[in-house]
Amino acid sequence: MSLFNVFNISGSAMSAQSQRLNTVASNLANADSATSANGTPYKAKQVVFSAIPTRSPDASGVKVLKVIEDASPPKVVYDPKHPLADAKGYVTMPNVNVTEEMVNMISASRAYQNNVETMNAAKTMLLKTLTIGQ
Amino acid sequence: MLNKLDAALSFHQNALRVRGQRQELIAANIANADTPNYKARDLDFGAAMKNAMAGVTRAGLNNETAKAAQTVAKTSALHLDGMPANLTSPNPTFANGAPGEPLFRPIIQGSVDGNTVDMDVERNQFADNAIRYEASLTMINGQLKEMLAAIQGQ
Repeated sequence: MSLFNVFNISGSAMSAQSQRLNTVASNLANADSATSANGTPYKAKQVVFSAIPTRSPDASGVKVLKVIEDASPPKVVYDPKHPLADAKGYVTMPNVNVTEEMVNMISASRAYQNNVETMNAAKTMLLKTLTIGQ
Repeated sequence: MLNKLDAALSFHQNALRVRGQRQELIAANIANADTPNYKARDLDFGAAMKNAMAGVTRAGLNNETAKAAQTVAKTSALHLDGMPANLTSPNPTFANGAPGEPLFRPIIQGSVDGNTVDMDVERNQFADNAIRYEASLTMINGQLKEMLAAIQGQ
């Protein structure tokens, strides 16, 4: 019954999108973290999605293939009073692009909603199927 | 007798199965809306329905046409079947795809990451397919009610 597979597919997409939302939250929260456990400024994280085969050979689900560190250069801010400022008074801040992260957040939450709708539609169809002959 | 009952219901039974399969494909397209290099897929319902009525199943595709269709050797389930012959036509066919098999959607607006899912198209088709599925359900219910009425003779 292929409709049941919709739950697997949409479910995998929902967990992938929520992991994306998780990295967005982490990036936004650390947008100003000038230092971290290893002494360097926080690096923005991005998820990489990948299609994965499901029970059906033609319909694929989603998984987070890996979480990569954003390769864009860190922001350098002039702030001589900052305790982490170098000899010339510059502080290296995280490479988080707040605008990009907000767009990512909206995209992830809309994609999540889409998959919830898909799942609900499949559920309604299956429940209706159960009432055949009644 | 039971055979005839079966035959009476088989059209919509097959329709429900193909609709379910199509719904699954569209759900996969929606799920992969953000996956780089994912190519949106869909079913030619008419051809798939013809196959279903003729009793052609994917498992039973061991005849000549299936052999001819599989000219590209695949070592992973994720490999694509080959390039579509006519991407711009409204009904794209595969150079080497059997009729009724899932095809790749024509690209309306390509994206930089190689993803061909257009959410407007997918949502449209999803709603359309769901309603047609329910229409088939309603027809089956109607047929069953007619049969019950005939049996009871009231």
